[in-house]
Amino acid sequence: MKRLIIATLVLFGLSYGTIQAGSVYLEIPMATGEPHPEGNVFWRTNHMDLLRHDRDLTMRQGERDIDASLASCVTCHAVNGPDAKPVTVKSEDHFCRVCHDYTAIKIDCFQCHNSVPADFGETSLMFNRPDNTLDILLAYLEELSL
Amino acid sequence: MNITGLKPAGGCGGGCSSKKIGNESGAEMHRRDLMKSGAALATVTLAPGVTLMAMGSGVAAAPANPDTRWGLLIDAGKCPSDCSACVTACSDEHGWENNGLDTDPQWIRKVTVRNKTTGWENTMPVMCQHCEDPPCVDVCPTGASFKRADGIVLVDRHTCIGCRYCMMACPFKARSLVHEPVTDQKVATPRGSGTVEGCNMCVHKLDRGDGTTACVEACNATGNNAMIFGDMNDPESDISKALASYPSIELRADLGLNLGVRYQNI
Amino acid sequence: MERIIYRELKSTPQVWGLLALLGAFVAAAGAVVLYIEHYGHVVTGMNNQIVWGLPHVFAIFLIVAASGALNVASIGSVFGKVAYKPMARVSALLAIALLVGGLAVLVLDLGRPDRLIVTMTHFNFKSIFTWNILLYTGFMAIVAVYIYTQMQRGLPAYAVKVAGLAAFVWRLILTTGTGSIFGWLVAREAYDSAVMAPLFIVMSFVTGMAIFLLVVMGITTMTGRDFGAQLRTRLARLLAIFIAAVLYFTAVQHLTNMYAAEHWGVETFILRDGGIYTILFWGVQVLIGGLIPMAILFTPKLVKQARMVILASSLVIIGGFAQLYVIVVGGQAYPLDIFPGYEISSSFSDGVINAYTPNILEVILGFGGVALALAIVIIGTKFLRILPNSLSDANVSAKS
Repeated sequence: MKRLIIATLVLFGLSYGTIQAGSVYLEIPMATGEPHPEGNVFWRTNHMDLLRHDRDLTMRQGERDIDASLASCVTCHAVNGPDAKPVTVKSEDHFCRVCHDYTAIKIDCFQCHNSVPADFGETSLMFNRPDNTLDILLAYLEELSL
Repeated sequence: MNITGLKPAGGCGGGCSSKKIGNESGAEMHRRDLMKSGAALATVTLAPGVTLMAMGSGVAAAPANPDTRWGLLIDAGKCPSDCSACVTACSDEHGWENNGLDTDPQWIRKVTVRNKTTGWENTMPVMCQHCEDPPCVDVCPTGASFKRADGIVLVDRHTCIGCRYCMMACPFKARSLVHEPVTDQKVATPRGSGTVEGCNMCVHKLDRGDGTTACVEACNATGNNAMIFGDMNDPESDISKALASYPSIELRADLGLNLGVRYQNI
Repeated sequence: MERIIYRELKSTPQVWGLLALLGAFVAAAGAVVLYIEHYGHVVTGMNNQIVWGLPHVFAIFLIVAASGALNVASIGSVFGKVAYKPMARVSALLAIALLVGGLAVLVLDLGRPDRLIVTMTHFNFKSIFTWNILLYTGFMAIVAVYIYTQMQRGLPAYAVKVAGLAAFVWRLILTTGTGSIFGWLVAREAYDSAVMAPLFIVMSFVTGMAIFLLVVMGITTMTGRDFGAQLRTRLARLLAIFIAAVLYFTAVQHLTNMYAAEHWGVETFILRDGGIYTILFWGVQVLIGGLIPMAILFTPKLVKQARMVILASSLVIIGGFAQLYVIVVGGQAYPLDIFPGYEISSSFSDGVINAYTPNILEVILGFGGVALALAIVIIGTKFLRILPNSLSDANVSAKS
């Protein structure tokens, strides 16, 4: 009897939740760039290890030509708020928080790292790029090569 | 010449590969050729008489090189007492703010020295001296305080527990604890409450091949040219030549730490 | 020789009341930790000049006292004095309790206490801090084994002796490590001295013995058990000798420093011009915490009075605390000599005496550690057979 009641309650709860949310699955915000070639599942499973590995490379060896950079994550996965500006990690809608809130895992990154994309000048910090000149140049070269 | 020095948004995961301009055929070849031919100076004729020029730094982006020892030479004789351009530049570059509180961090500060007997006064900036044998690295229990292969002394905030023993050990008060939560950090300089920080010799600029630091750039911009940055292991660098030609000192030379920052005309 | 029977404390309102009071202090300290972690260290009195403040004084005081609290057990097990053996269990328990209390304050004052686990996963073996982490955890383990060997029936007689010896040697190394935190700081004139290690060891003898006396007198009074006057007087006389040793090492420390002209600045600061630090040094550390209790305890009439022993022990604790305050905070208050031979000034307090006023949060955090230590002692003696039914003088005259 007890089991029956519990099962009914669970079912009711689930269906109610589904109706409310539209789906039992999380709604993960879309990213702006091209999809990860390794697939989303790979990144969902391994992002923490990839980030940790590359953070040590960058921090300890100054190796910045790497695949997993937090700055790239927050740039591509930026979620815009009502003001059409990317929301910080303080907002529940922040890309990282959607899953981390769901799984109740604290994110330690953004106590030090910025959680929103920097403006154009700052995203280029990895490599020296004098303003837009080089972009114009490269775009021109590309046209030539076509 | 390393082509990655030109890759626009390097360090991206697969997710931002859309930013890579061009496919791997023609454009890439052109760029490579350009880099070969003219070091970091690229010129293209857009139309007759109109020439587009792109100036790179001439230094490739590269990880810390163990053959390099980055250093600073500060000529106190050229450092005016009313100028603090280097301090402002550092604050802007890295996002720390000194509002005059004891708890505010100061990565670099202008120090006024006055000879006790003669009264001679002078000013100069003091920051992390990037010791070859740094006491802060010796005392750090977790190894968060460490020295990179190219001689830059850094704090790995990922493993810093905020015990402040490095601040006790530093002879130059080069380190500060971040006493309050920080928001809107510079992307190149992550910093957060409860961890220790200090001058990082603009390591993000060096890694991308700038070959200089924010303070030195600012000092040169004022026209004072009181600071020289460079590789102390390279006998041909400006700093090595200056060190070889004129007398210079290390702060607290008695401690035998072999500093990466040297002073002239104190 | 009277048979010693160890018994748990009875469930009296006093015991539970005391535990509740201590629990309140611990809870308050817990709230303070959360508050500091949320707002950052800006809410404390500490800053970028005085980086270690009152919490560290509390922490180091408790850690130093911890190794000293083991003295009584060592005298019994290692040096074979039978009269001290009935007190060995409570001595060892007190040692662990004080260490836990001190470490709690130390780690909860970290900038990132949530990262404590990092200290167990990343080691830098050139750091004395790293060694101390191992020494502290090792000390707790060894002393726990030591208590076990005393409480377990059927173990061979040498088991207690071996464990006691290991604990004794370990506590000497441990306090050497604690003193070396300061002794190995080459940058600061107030530290950077080999005398720090032995100084800390004798300080541990003094503060540990004083706390031991107060705790045992307190618990025996509260529970109506005997604490023989002769036994107490012996410990009190030992305390007097330890006080003399601390004064001796303090004198050596300052005389050595004063002989070098380069250290005159810092010595004049501590000994003459330091304001609060000078008052704490001469008034509290030397006079109230040294000369007065020593005089009391060396006076045959006074040392036999329980009240006088309580007074002297309390003074010694206050003096030991002041001594650590002068070392830890006073040593940082004196400016670093970055440009020897020059007067210097800057926006970063170069060349000036650094100001520090501990605030209430730090006080609460510190007392939380003390309360935690005492609570562990009460809980330990309440639930384990630590304290004898009677510590009467029946065994004092027994030959070792």
